[in-house]
Amino acid sequence: MQNDSSLLEVRNLHTHFFTKSGVVKAVDGVDFSVKPGETLGIVGESGSGKSITALSILGLIPSPPGRIVDGEVLFKGDNLLKKSPKEMRSIRGKEIAMVFQDPMTSLNPVLTVEKQMVETILTHEKLTRKQAFARALELLDLVGIPDAKNRIHNYPHEFSGGMRQRVMIAIALSCNPSLLIADEPTTALDVTIQAQILELFKKMQKELDMAIVMITHDLGVVAEVCDRVMVMYAGKPAEYTETTKLFDNGKHPYTLGLMHSIPKITEKRQKLEAITGMPPDLRSLPIGCSFAPRCKYAMESCLESDPLLKNVADGHAVRCFLHDDAFSKEESFNETIIGSEKS
Amino acid sequence: MLKYISKRLLMLIPVLIGVSIITFSLIHLIPGDPARSMLGEKATEAQLESLRQELGLNDPYIVQYGRFVGDILQGDLGQSIQSKESIGYELLHKLPATMELTLFAMLLAVTIGILAGVIAAVKQYSWFDNISMTGALFGVSLPIFWLGLMMIWFFSVKLNILPPSGRLTPGTEINTITNFYLLDSLLTGNFRAFKDAFLHLIMPGIALGTIPMAIIARMTRSSMLEVMKQDYIRTADAKGLKTRLIIFRHALKNAFLPVLTVIGLQFGLLLGGAVLTETIFSWPGIGRYVYLAVLGRDYPVVQSTILVVATIFVLVNLLTDLLYKYFDPRIRYE
Ligand SMILES: Nc1ncnc2c1ncn2[C@@H]1O[C@H](COP(=O)(O)OP(=O)(O)OP(=O)(O)O)[C@@H](O)[C@H]1O
Ligand code: SF4
Ligand SMILES: [Mg+2]
Repeated sequence: MQNDSSLLEVRNLHTHFFTKSGVVKAVDGVDFSVKPGETLGIVGESGSGKSITALSILGLIPSPPGRIVDGEVLFKGDNLLKKSPKEMRSIRGKEIAMVFQDPMTSLNPVLTVEKQMVETILTHEKLTRKQAFARALELLDLVGIPDAKNRIHNYPHEFSGGMRQRVMIAIALSCNPSLLIADEPTTALDVTIQAQILELFKKMQKELDMAIVMITHDLGVVAEVCDRVMVMYAGKPAEYTETTKLFDNGKHPYTLGLMHSIPKITEKRQKLEAITGMPPDLRSLPIGCSFAPRCKYAMESCLESDPLLKNVADGHAVRCFLHDDAFSKEESFNETIIGSEKS
Repeated sequence: MLKYISKRLLMLIPVLIGVSIITFSLIHLIPGDPARSMLGEKATEAQLESLRQELGLNDPYIVQYGRFVGDILQGDLGQSIQSKESIGYELLHKLPATMELTLFAMLLAVTIGILAGVIAAVKQYSWFDNISMTGALFGVSLPIFWLGLMMIWFFSVKLNILPPSGRLTPGTEINTITNFYLLDSLLTGNFRAFKDAFLHLIMPGIALGTIPMAIIARMTRSSMLEVMKQDYIRTADAKGLKTRLIIFRHALKNAFLPVLTVIGLQFGLLLGGAVLTETIFSWPGIGRYVYLAVLGRDYPVVQSTILVVATIFVLVNLLTDLLYKYFDPRIRYE
């Protein structure tokens, strides 16, 4: 899956939190890559390590207690984990920008939108204040803030949630980043506004030719905007492939569970079959597959060792013994029957 | 905004009526004959009667109160029994002395307190954090009296580098305009007096400013720690802003809000509560003025001064609220 034309390549990333109650393995062996101009989705339940993956890329892990204990983050071929804080500051906001989940709390309440935009531009670009202001106005127009000329002087609380998220996006776009990381950018918004913001992402990507990492717990969002997708479970990738392949031929039991929990509007009665059970405690993961306690197909071997991410087809990797050729189909079949009796 | 200010100023009226009633009752709440408590045991009946006449103590309370308020409304704060001076005139000198000292003390407290609080928060658990916050804890409970005497002993007696008392070295010439000596000496280009007045301010300023400084430092630290956890600080970081900008623009401007309340409150308290410091350093301000008036049972002075201080206290509060508006755009004044 890795190739030389990648814009971002995350290899074997491990980010742990060293807390009083134990080591939280929030991200525990994540690999993925993003090509220029494409959109990669990272999808998973709450607590699966999506945000920590994003923050690790940007070098924003709160430390202590967090620490990236292993791995590489190659951006345009350079390992970001080896950069000095100063070098990282010149990359953040310029080369890699980020949009956060909650637009209500992500903007500074006591600074005007103008201030928060202009300071970003002036930090990274050699422009005069006046030019930066003009650029800020242009960006607000671009992201669809009506009456930007006047609105730019307002404070965040004077905007609605959707408008604030547009402002956040405008700030993120202000220095033409080649990568935009959006961490659940629509979760906090009303459904109609969600659709508008997703449209905006698609439009911006086309116009500005940047890559996007779209973090979400919503496969609907993935279907809408992502080219490829990584399904995460308990800090590890469960399945990694193209969006179409995932929906047509998703293989990992967790992926299938997620798909079943999408409400199908075509059916008469909406049936929401959420995955039963809770995500594991990241401080004390089971020895075997971390999904085993919730998995309908769990076998003996699933409790004994952790499966590896293996290619099942070209550009389609799954981390599950059911799809691991090293295991005989027969055994899997038998175990499957036993497993389903259990559930 | 103007509407809000006028509304707040109107709300001053009931507050001041309340204060005026309390200060007025002061004389009458004290058991026994107020005239006798002012003049003491040895006063003759004739002397007592003449004082009663002078103060109108024989009139019904309501008439007395009406007169008290009427006089004040005309700008007449009455006359000191001890010095026979007009209280208004005396306050014109004492008030600026106290204000100058208070402003100086607060300037020290705010700049050092905020700076220490910010550094302690940014470098949480560092040696600076530990030392400054232990110092602040100590500072809050420091007896001013002891601190003042120690400073006088060390800087005035041992080292002889700072004057132990007063606002100016006797014999220093100064042309007073506002009775703020630092300001007056600057306005008249009198740098000798400026230096002298400044040296006189240092020790009482430190004595008065220590407790507010400690409170402000602790408040700033905890407020900064809270703000640094907020999402918008992470956003600022994700934008690649310089640390200095994140701390002072993004964090401090938010963290300052609760600190501002403390500053306003402490400022008001210092204005009225500098009694101890003014007494130790023989500072001719209103704290010492009231203290001496209480000792001398000079009730008109006590009454009027408390009323003036209360008014200033309320005005400082209003000013604090207005500053809030500047720092927190989310607050609307209607
Ligand atoms: N500062 C921290 N200290 C300890 N553990 C942390 C810290 N930050 C995150 N974690 C842990 O890391 C794990 C992954 O968190 P992360 O925020 O990446 O989840 P997420 O997939 O983004 O979930 P969500 O959908 O809720 O945003 C969580 O279990 C969380 O408890
Ligand atoms: S490895 Fe076993 S437990 Fe884990 S997902 Fe696959 S079948 Fe389920
Ligand atoms: Mg998250």
